[in-house]
Amino acid sequence: MNIQDLKYINDTEWEIPKGYRHDMRVPVRIFATRELLEQVMGDKSLEQAVNATTLPGLVGAVVVMPDMHQGYGFPIGGVAATEYPRGVISPGAIGYDINCGVRLLASSIEYESVKKDMDMLATALNQFCPSGVGKAGVIKVNLKELEAVLRDGSAWALKNGYATQADLDRTEESGTIKGANPASLSDRAKQRGLTQIGSMGAGNHFVEVDVIEKIFDEKAANAMGLQEGMLAVQIHCGSRGLGHQVCTDYVREFQGAVQKYGINLPDRELVCAPMDSPEGQAYLGAMSAAANFAFVNRQLLAYSARRAFEQTLAGKTKNWHLHQVYDIAHNMGKIETHEIEGTKMKVCVHRKGATRAFGPGSPGLPPEYQAIGQPVIIPGSMGTASWVLTGTKSSMLRSFGSTCHGAGRLMSRTKAKKIVRGDVLRQELEQQGIHVRAGSLAGLAEEAPLAYKDVDAIVETVSSAGIAKKVARLKPVAVIKG
Amino acid sequence: MPFEEIPHTADWCLRVWADDLAGLLSESARGMNWLAGTKLANKPKVKHIFETTGPDGESLLVAFLSELVYFSEQENIGFDDFEIDIKDDRLTVEMHGAAQISVSKAIKAVTWHNIEIKETANGLEVEIVFDV
Repeated sequence: MNIQDLKYINDTEWEIPKGYRHDMRVPVRIFATRELLEQVMGDKSLEQAVNATTLPGLVGAVVVMPDMHQGYGFPIGGVAATEYPRGVISPGAIGYDINCGVRLLASSIEYESVKKDMDMLATALNQFCPSGVGKAGVIKVNLKELEAVLRDGSAWALKNGYATQADLDRTEESGTIKGANPASLSDRAKQRGLTQIGSMGAGNHFVEVDVIEKIFDEKAANAMGLQEGMLAVQIHCGSRGLGHQVCTDYVREFQGAVQKYGINLPDRELVCAPMDSPEGQAYLGAMSAAANFAFVNRQLLAYSARRAFEQTLAGKTKNWHLHQVYDIAHNMGKIETHEIEGTKMKVCVHRKGATRAFGPGSPGLPPEYQAIGQPVIIPGSMGTASWVLTGTKSSMLRSFGSTCHGAGRLMSRTKAKKIVRGDVLRQELEQQGIHVRAGSLAGLAEEAPLAYKDVDAIVETVSSAGIAKKVARLKPVAVIKG
Repeated sequence: MPFEEIPHTADWCLRVWADDLAGLLSESARGMNWLAGTKLANKPKVKHIFETTGPDGESLLVAFLSELVYFSEQENIGFDDFEIDIKDDRLTVEMHGAAQISVSKAIKAVTWHNIEIKETANGLEVEIVFDV
């Protein structure tokens, strides 16, 4: 595919018309500048977006965000809505890390006053927040408790003293997706959940301490409790091996479902089933349960981060409390109501590497966010900025209430490792005042900032396109990676 | 090595080739271990028998590799020796391995993305994308 194949709408919006390929059911709508588009012309992002348009029951367009990159089946940065309940749900279009997402905690701790303690804080966070491949989590639960976690999500954490009501109020869906069905999970999925609950994992997951560098929207920042010069914490992780197993199980099962329902697809990773079929209902129950597990996982890591802050900063600063700004998913299938071509419809919005970005007045937002819209957290890439945005009325109308999810990878992990040495990168980050704790130097090299796109350019694009609004820019000062 | 890494922006892709399906499965497993940087203890040795059915070679391949991903992450056991028997749609693998001393990179899942076992002049060939 060439840029010439795309229809130019404006400087931040493009379209692949429905007629581009015979099996497309809807067009592809792309939010990107020409420069960002040129960066992905060498990979399969747009081809994968075209493949996604073949899913039965799609409405509107398949939407692609500026941080898009090649994934498997569905592009990272992709959004697709299918009519509920007759349209399909596709596990591969949600991904293996179900409810991978980001939580932002903020504070009234002035960075300059605790700058000398940051190394100790990084060590404490590394000790309190378990990371790495298949590592055990911060708590142990039995099968009965795990099933309560899967069913009740963050409500379980509140009941057991790991969360506050304020945490739940500022979590997408209050941290509990209704309709979760633990019985829809295999024994293996549960086994993986039992040992990994309350752990970060490896790869691009992290806990990061940031300083709020600049506020762009005073009203929204006030509502979120964000102040320039103060510390904040981001937690990025998902449903761990439990979610990976759920997706593995259902992508396999749905290989048969597509034959049963006569669905032809260009890629076996996109397999799907109608939501009102027994297979679709089972996956919806399992995905919701895995999503609840992920909400609890991030809640337990937030609980651990608070303990690390208390241990390090108690007595050194007056108020070391971390209050929750928001917790948001970027890999999920959600049943939502959207206006499509002037008509309100219930749809399943598949977001894979795309963040929900509900605008002002949307249902489900806490009262303090009703006027400003839902907070959107855009993590950067270790050495670079992260952003806090809000959803807009325009995102509701043009992108199914969605926006970008991060910087987006630009370079393969192998190439990054060839170019970057983990020990040198750590040294460079330390010289920039970023304290790094990493389980593996090779893993650190793979996640080097140069392997990612320019997050500021991504945010400028969604902001110019009107599908998110800038609130604050954050600068990293400590990074803990698996 | 009858396998090589293919560049992929975010995940890992492996191209594998072998004379027949049984060989393709065992070389894919070895390629996956190589990608993950898996190192096994010398002893004690562990034996595991895996059985599954599937309508085609791709289904058997993904199921087999997914079994290895599970054992690697959940049981900290890796396998490097495989006796593979394929009869019609049934796959039986007797595999031998040991505890993992180290794994440099975790594989989350084996995907079905564009998976297709192709017959070539040199035998069978497949490309597998792993979620990492």
